[in-house]
Amino acid sequence: MKEEIIIAGFGGQGVLSMGKILAYAGLMGGLEVTWMPSYGPEQRGGTANVTVILSDSPISSPVLNSYDTAVILNQQSLDKFQSKVKPGGTLIYDPYSIHHAPSRTDIKVVPVNAMEATFELGSSKTYNMVLLGALIKQRPHVTVDAVMAGLKKALPERHHHLLPVNKQAILKGMEL
Amino acid sequence: MKGNEAIAHAAVRYGVDGYFGYPITPQSEILETLEELMPWETTGMVVLQAESEVAAINMVYGGASTGKACMTSSSSPGISLKQEGISYIAAGELPALIVNCMRGGPGLGTIQPSQSDYFQATKGGGHGDYHMIVLAPASVQEMADFVGLGFDLAFKYRNPVMMLADGIVGQMMEKVVLPPFRPRLTDEEIAQRSPWAVTGRPEGRGPNVLTTLELDPRLMEKHNIHLQEKYDLIKAEEVRYEEFMTEDCEYLVVAFGCVARICMKAVEEARAQGLKVGLLRPITLWPFPSAEICRLGKQVKGMLVAELNAGQMIEDVLLSLDERIPVHHFGRFGGIVMDPDEIFVALKEKFTL
Repeated sequence: MKEEIIIAGFGGQGVLSMGKILAYAGLMGGLEVTWMPSYGPEQRGGTANVTVILSDSPISSPVLNSYDTAVILNQQSLDKFQSKVKPGGTLIYDPYSIHHAPSRTDIKVVPVNAMEATFELGSSKTYNMVLLGALIKQRPHVTVDAVMAGLKKALPERHHHLLPVNKQAILKGMEL
Repeated sequence: MKGNEAIAHAAVRYGVDGYFGYPITPQSEILETLEELMPWETTGMVVLQAESEVAAINMVYGGASTGKACMTSSSSPGISLKQEGISYIAAGELPALIVNCMRGGPGLGTIQPSQSDYFQATKGGGHGDYHMIVLAPASVQEMADFVGLGFDLAFKYRNPVMMLADGIVGQMMEKVVLPPFRPRLTDEEIAQRSPWAVTGRPEGRGPNVLTTLELDPRLMEKHNIHLQEKYDLIKAEEVRYEEFMTEDCEYLVVAFGCVARICMKAVEEARAQGLKVGLLRPITLWPFPSAEICRLGKQVKGMLVAELNAGQMIEDVLLSLDERIPVHHFGRFGGIVMDPDEIFVALKEKFTL
């Protein structure tokens, strides 16, 4: 098993931390992982993306030109990465910030109304966890328990009271 | 854990005595993680943000003179500033670890990854006839492992060691097994390991003197000859490399650091399409695995050297070869990182496969 994933959106949407939690979850599940960010001046407002690879064998390149799965959070990222999903792959996106829906027909396109879900949850900060829930539903390489264990590791202890609301968001994402 | 964080953890665990640095992207996490770990409260390791790169390398020079295990880290423009100090450390035959997490240049350049300091690291960089042992990590695991290896080699040969990393291995996260904790050496142990160190003259021994100045050219030549003999010994003993699918290969890709990982995927792709391609990854860039390149030069029809620069390591590959086979270069630079597909396409185009 090898799953090559790109997560892309605006800086501040939780792209890098979503990837980090996914990578930790893979680690908890005994997988080999790499997490390669687009680092640099991408703070709030700029574009940010992260490549996460989960595999049951050692991983060669952390840099990729095509992906099994893309999680897309804004239009620029959709324009950039839509063509890079492998035929038969999966593209998860939030229609909330997309003007032109994906046009590929040879991949599985999954719209996830994550932004609306956060309105229901009453916590906009769990946006990335809703999408992570949707991702692990579509591509079940890691379990919810592994994600929660990963989240616990990624979150500083002073924020551990937020674990339940994040779990709620992940479960919500799995329903969408 | 990120590669940069792994270096910080490995330094504390190795029992490093002092880290002196100045922040610069993409390696600032080394200093940040050390500040977070607060090793001065546990192992007694000194972690100091100097006022400049020049100050940091000279603090390493001073610390190393007393036989302590001292290190610094920076990225390309900062490493340029440290060159004078590195030359002095090499001349004084002092052990030290210098990490260069390369970014695109020349000048202030960019903060994105690059391998354009290969010449600087392997051919000197500072003034004078000297060499550093240069280790090129390709994974977060090696970022951790090469701290210990680097110091072991530095003390074995009394020579500065450079870990030549880049923005990719520094910034990416992977699984890593950290080395076990070992205590810092006591003053007695340091005196035993490094009898040359300037730690205060005990009774019954003459003073230890460390200097890089020798105005008598005959003595200075003697010192240079001694250095060259040491470098020859290192060349004979310390070459490290990794081979991937080379047994039956007809074409060889040569790449170091993270680019070797990218090339590995291209090699997998080539093999899947029935092309007999292999990869050689120099782990030590100095000493360079010339004998292995020479041996493979008799086996293959051509070589592709892939680097994040305009063609630097390719010169060492060409110098290693006896056979006249085509050797091509593929490079991206200025902070752009090639993807595996570009390597594969370059292979097919350059050798019309």
